[in-house]
Amino acid sequence: MLELVVYGIVFGSIISLGAIGLTLVFGIIRFANFAHGDLMSSGAYFALFMVTGLLSWIGVPDTTFGSLSFGWRMLIAFPVSMFMVGCVAIAADRILYRKLRNNKSSPVMLAMSSLGVAFIIRMLILIFWGADSLFYRPGLMRPALELPLGVKIRPDQILILFVVFSLVVLLHLYLQKTKMGKAMRATADNMELALVSGIDTERVIILTWGVGGALAAAGGILYGIDVQVHAYMGWNFLIPLFAATILGTIGNMWGALVGGLVIGVAQQVSTAFLLSTYKPAVAFMLMILILLFRPKGIFGGKQE
Amino acid sequence: MEISGLIAYLVALAITAGIYAVFCLGLNIQWGYTGLFNIGIAGFFCVGAYTSALITLPTPTGIYAKYVHQLFGFNLPFIFGLFGAALVCGVLAFLIGIPTLRLGEDYLAISTLGIAETIRLIFNNEKWLANGARGLTGLPQPFEGLVDPKNYNYIYLLVVIFVLVVIYLLIERAIRSPWGRVLRAIREDEVSAAMSGKDIFNFKMQSLVFGAMVMGVAGALSAHSLKAISPEIFTPLYGTFIIWVMLIAGGSGNNKGAILGAYVIWGVWIGTQLMTDYLPYTLKARAPYIRFLVIGVILEIILIYRPQGLLGEEKKVSTMLE
Repeated sequence: MLELVVYGIVFGSIISLGAIGLTLVFGIIRFANFAHGDLMSSGAYFALFMVTGLLSWIGVPDTTFGSLSFGWRMLIAFPVSMFMVGCVAIAADRILYRKLRNNKSSPVMLAMSSLGVAFIIRMLILIFWGADSLFYRPGLMRPALELPLGVKIRPDQILILFVVFSLVVLLHLYLQKTKMGKAMRATADNMELALVSGIDTERVIILTWGVGGALAAAGGILYGIDVQVHAYMGWNFLIPLFAATILGTIGNMWGALVGGLVIGVAQQVSTAFLLSTYKPAVAFMLMILILLFRPKGIFGGKQE
Repeated sequence: MEISGLIAYLVALAITAGIYAVFCLGLNIQWGYTGLFNIGIAGFFCVGAYTSALITLPTPTGIYAKYVHQLFGFNLPFIFGLFGAALVCGVLAFLIGIPTLRLGEDYLAISTLGIAETIRLIFNNEKWLANGARGLTGLPQPFEGLVDPKNYNYIYLLVVIFVLVVIYLLIERAIRSPWGRVLRAIREDEVSAAMSGKDIFNFKMQSLVFGAMVMGVAGALSAHSLKAISPEIFTPLYGTFIIWVMLIAGGSGNNKGAILGAYVIWGVWIGTQLMTDYLPYTLKARAPYIRFLVIGVILEIILIYRPQGLLGEEKKVSTMLE
């Protein structure tokens, strides 16, 4: 059981990366981005393309670091994929969402458009890679470390936790200390007020997409390292992402982190009682409970 | 292809598009007239189809009972299946509405999405309910003894068109009544509708339930058209996404547009199939993905360049006012 909690924290930290991006987009651009899960998949597949294709073609050696399951190739692919998915998210905004905003379309239309983007990304993945589960490194021995109390954990998983928490701390510093970060927070609080205070809100929007996309890519790749890469992985992440975002109060970065961990642990622990295919349903049930009893999330103010 | 084969093909297309048109009418009540963002149509599709299947199939006996598990089997006529599907979907919509309709539209969207996925998981995993992933087969069809099975589709087309027309007239009647005007008022401006003394939650709930019941009927029609159902049919792609594209393409808030959109997009879908037939062999296995990509791109183009759809919303409020 303790082992499931630990795995849940690892899985939850991956959900958190997606949920933080989702909550930023939700808070600043104010619509539900249904493509966020598929942004995670696109990150995982960008990295897959680089690790198994581009970088091996260039001749980057396929060695691994110590007992981790990846090496130089992944170290290069990771930041590049984050950057690329950031660009994909920005491109979707420039090509589609910005036009809809300028047309004065309702947020629902934007959400519909993002659902379309989700399907387009998934179909592209399916066209190029097919529907099979893929791995960054096939057929690998995965030595487990033994923690106290008999918890077995892979070195990869410890690294995943480390990466997630470094990214969250970096983002926190960015939002708190830099001018652009402050502008993002101001826009999240009140877009009109930010606009009249001379903040370039279009730039803030671009940056939000960039950050959200990059974090989603990181989450997707880490999931690929931990489990596998699959065309439908992003879709399966979508409900946990929204559950985490709502649980942690929309727009609240730390809330999304906590929400992600809670949902991740709940999903993993549920496998002790339920079939593991019910994991998305567990996230959904939690979300419904939150909506019933505390619709503004754990960090939200009192209900009116 | 000889001419009779072509006609049979067209009849089969018309049946499927007609069933999708019923779905679009249901969605149009929720989205087109009330502004409810339901992206879990696949859930109502699934529940409607399975409800009707369980009501019309007999309880398996003898050797079948070993291989086919189902919660019950009433062996009732087709029409009971349709009404049963509507009833169960209505109850389901009511339950979803309770926690979500007081909140913003995004919450309803996510909740309906979640319920659709959950329902599919339940039908896939719970073998006792409706035979799990293997699904149910041998669904009865109305009037099936009357003609040669080869020509049966003509009869089913008439059944689908009959149901479509009845539902169309029903919705047109409802939407032009004072009740329909309240729904549109809620869609346009919830606060001012509330200030006029309208109980927003109640009206939204009625719209959600009414739309879901229509979807349930469509799900039942679909089940008896396919004659065999399994959980994999009710994926978000076939069950939800394409129906949204149909309604938006035809024109939300216009029942004729909903029906037109269903036929047009289904035509495009079939047209892309004919196109992908010319693809090289290696790409053939991935043809459905290419076709869905086309549908996705069409949606994005419509959303930006023609958000009102082909027909757009009718301005007419009452048949008395011309």
